[in-house]
Amino acid sequence: MTRPLVAVRSAVKLFGSYQALKDVSLDVHAGQVLCLVGASGSGKTTLLRCINQLVQLDSGGIWLDGELLGMRQHGGKLHRLSEAEIIRQRLKTGMVFQRFNLFPHKTALENVIEGPVQVQGRKPAEARTAAMELLHRVGLEEKAGSYPSQLSGGQQQRVAIARALSMRPKLMLFDEPTSALDPVLVGEVLAVMKELAREGMTMIVVTHELAFAREVADMVVYMDGGRIVEAGLPDQVLGAPQEARTRAFLSAVLG
Amino acid sequence: MSAFPGMAEGFPDLSGMPAARRAHWGRWLSALLILLVLLAIGRAFARGQIEWAYVARFLTVPVIVDGVVNTIVMSVLAMALGIVLGVLVAVMRLSPNPVLTAVAVGYTWLFRGTPLILQLLLWFNLALVFPTIGIPGLWSGKAVDIMTPLVAALLGLGINQGAYTSEVVRSGLLSVDAGQYEAAQAIGMGHMRALRRIILPQAMRVVLPPIGNEFISLVKATSLASVIQYPEVLHAAENIYYANSRVIELLIVAGLWYLLVVSILTPLQMLLERHFSRGAARVRR
Repeated sequence: MTRPLVAVRSAVKLFGSYQALKDVSLDVHAGQVLCLVGASGSGKTTLLRCINQLVQLDSGGIWLDGELLGMRQHGGKLHRLSEAEIIRQRLKTGMVFQRFNLFPHKTALENVIEGPVQVQGRKPAEARTAAMELLHRVGLEEKAGSYPSQLSGGQQQRVAIARALSMRPKLMLFDEPTSALDPVLVGEVLAVMKELAREGMTMIVVTHELAFAREVADMVVYMDGGRIVEAGLPDQVLGAPQEARTRAFLSAVLG
Repeated sequence: MSAFPGMAEGFPDLSGMPAARRAHWGRWLSALLILLVLLAIGRAFARGQIEWAYVARFLTVPVIVDGVVNTIVMSVLAMALGIVLGVLVAVMRLSPNPVLTAVAVGYTWLFRGTPLILQLLLWFNLALVFPTIGIPGLWSGKAVDIMTPLVAALLGLGINQGAYTSEVVRSGLLSVDAGQYEAAQAIGMGHMRALRRIILPQAMRVVLPPIGNEFISLVKATSLASVIQYPEVLHAAENIYYANSRVIELLIVAGLWYLLVVSILTPLQMLLERHFSRGAARVRR
């Protein structure tokens, strides 16, 4: 079997005395789409944020592209990596947030070229061309000069996807990308994500869009109380769940 | 156009009916009263023991104009020092490093906790504590020569201003959504770059109005530097009235100049605010 792009092993995350993640392990192979589903507080978002190192694990480890994230083993102990090394690792992932988090003082185009120019040191003209291509991909070429406040939620989220892609990541992380959107705007964002999946991007998606998960995901993981309750093919987990908790969740969501 | 089914009768059609203007009698009456009060005050001053000819004559004498220039120079320099220190201290205050936080808290405590005039006098009289100052082995000089009124006023006003500005900047930094910092991190920015490129520009929008307030306050606070012989406009006015005893006239001269300088600052602030409100959705009123 090939080495997975992402390997999570016995991940534990505490917030004070609250256990957000209790011994979570999973693999994501290159080109796969993994959907994380579950109720609020089940640990899905925390897991995503650990993979992007916005928060640090308390125990266990996450390997991305064969490299342990955030830490180095040395003399039988784990040593925290420097900020520069963490940034180098983080650049392999792109993150899309529930609330978009576009930079409001920058236009759509400026949002997309900020990382390539400021962080990766690419030439502005070159970054601009690449950014326009990305905005074209998410269908917002003509909105390049608009500020986030002038865009709809769906458009903002598509710019945010373009911004994440601008760093040419190996893995895209989506944290409930459609939860803050009007129902009529959900489709345009999911369409962009489906296109990305079709092009072979490796993706981990925290979502409540079960139809999307069923259509696009290679694997679905149902989490509850900081643990993986059930994981498998979408038709298994969402179509014929084995666990009572999964069934209860699905009947609550589907009504 | 499709109609709503089964609508109730008895509601008149108001479409196209013009809205009447309100009379606002209270506004007219209060404006009239205020105008009368102002006229009475103006008349009192015109008839009072003020030689307006002196005011006109001394308004543009070289000593006064030099004083105005010195006031402006000191305000700009001290504010620049204050903003640099303020941003630095605010960032230190919010850093995860407890040493930096403690230094920032201590600085603000010390310089906000003592009167500005006392700080100015301390800087000016620093030679009494340290006859020579400098960097050991590199450079040193006599404190009396270094602590000129200009240097003492700049340090006193600028460092004091920094303590206040740091709190204003801190409130601005706190006003920026935490998601902005995470988004900056997610595209690979380190702490300092995220602050410089993403957080501070957004904080500026919140910070500018109170900074404008602080600057106006500082323009007038430069008058305190007259106690350490810094030749700003109030000091110049005092020197003249010690000689000719036209106290009120010269105070009015100084007052008019302060008003003028402050009046010029307000539109400048609005220009800056417009620059930093790029992308902000809020409608300006």
